[in-house]
Amino acid sequence: MERKNIDLMVGIFILMGVAALLVLALRVGNLGSERVADQYNVEARFENIGGLKQKAPVKSAGVLVGRVTDIRFDNQKFQAAVTLTLDKRYSFPKDTSASILTSGLLGEVYIGLEAGGDEKNLQGGDKITLTQSAVVLERLIGQFMFGKAAEGNGDKPTDKK
Amino acid sequence: MIKSIQNLGRRGIESIWRIGAMARFFWMILSASGISFRRFSLTIREIYFAGVMSLVIIMVSGLFVGMVLGLQGFETLQKYGAEETMGVLVALSLVRELGPVVAALLFASRAGSAITAEIGLMKATEQLKAMDMMAIDPIARVVAPRFWAGVISMPLLAALFSAMGVFGGYVVGVALIDIDPGVFWSNMQSAVDFRYDVLNGFVKSFVFGIAVSIIATFEGFDAEPTAEGVSRATTRTVVTAALTVLLLDLILTAFMLRGVH
Repeated sequence: MERKNIDLMVGIFILMGVAALLVLALRVGNLGSERVADQYNVEARFENIGGLKQKAPVKSAGVLVGRVTDIRFDNQKFQAAVTLTLDKRYSFPKDTSASILTSGLLGEVYIGLEAGGDEKNLQGGDKITLTQSAVVLERLIGQFMFGKAAEGNGDKPTDKK
Repeated sequence: MIKSIQNLGRRGIESIWRIGAMARFFWMILSASGISFRRFSLTIREIYFAGVMSLVIIMVSGLFVGMVLGLQGFETLQKYGAEETMGVLVALSLVRELGPVVAALLFASRAGSAITAEIGLMKATEQLKAMDMMAIDPIARVVAPRFWAGVISMPLLAALFSAMGVFGGYVVGVALIDIDPGVFWSNMQSAVDFRYDVLNGFVKSFVFGIAVSIIATFEGFDAEPTAEGVSRATTRTVVTAALTVLLLDLILTAFMLRGVH
């Protein structure tokens, strides 16, 4: 009797522990929400990827359609080669364009896909040719300041008036 | 002057000797495990004493820690208008750090001290020697079941701690502070990665289980066979286990965080 009771309690304990792990994996973690369907890989090349990181989301029309799974530097073309893993449920025309965007001013960096008009769809292993690099804030500020300085020089006479 | 240096040297030698003895002891347990697993009911009995009896303290502490995290996190996040991410804060800190570490500390003081006292008392009353005389390996009969019980219980207890903590955070966030439950869960799910956060926490608790169990059984086995010796060994178990868990946590965290970059 004693022995059976102990076995029962230990069994309940182990079941509870496993249930807690499942809760952590499925309810708290992302194991349940992702990896639902088949996936396919598409490559896109960018002049500059800015702050893009692996596992960054790929969105189209604001909806999550995949993730960035690999970022390499192509030493032949001196470009960044980014592998996008997209959900098989979503297919995009061949002339889809990819651009690196930021959600909000300081938010996360993600890739936005803009569907084109081609009748053929992107297949696994295809390359996205139309890409738009990340906007590097420092460069933008630099351009702005140069522009202002040039403007200022030109405007000097008018300022004096 | 020379005497104090001598003292230091003796302590150094002794502590290194203890580490070596512990490593040998670990090896002895592993090689005796095969025999002890043939009577697995012994291990199940020890899981009952180490794991099931720790359930109440682990779950209640987990609930309270989660609730406190929720309240404190809300206080700070509110200033930045980000109180919806409270669930992320609670879940990440529990799953990555607090779950394994606090559960291991509680486990060391609840079950580890009991294991040390039990084995130490068995040694003091010469029960271990008697077993040896009867050609029963005390390591296989007494130590290995307690060791494996700790190793098996610890990850389960840590997972329960984290789950209860998340539930506590949910209670505070949704019932008390009135965060939208859907936002609470979806923010949490998008931030907590299964492999990177949950699995790493699980690995941590597993390592802590090994460390706490080995320390508890070794201190008991190594205790001076007197009442005073047993009490000192029990104290040492709690202190050494707590320090080891925190140090291991630092090392493991450093390794696991490096994985992302």
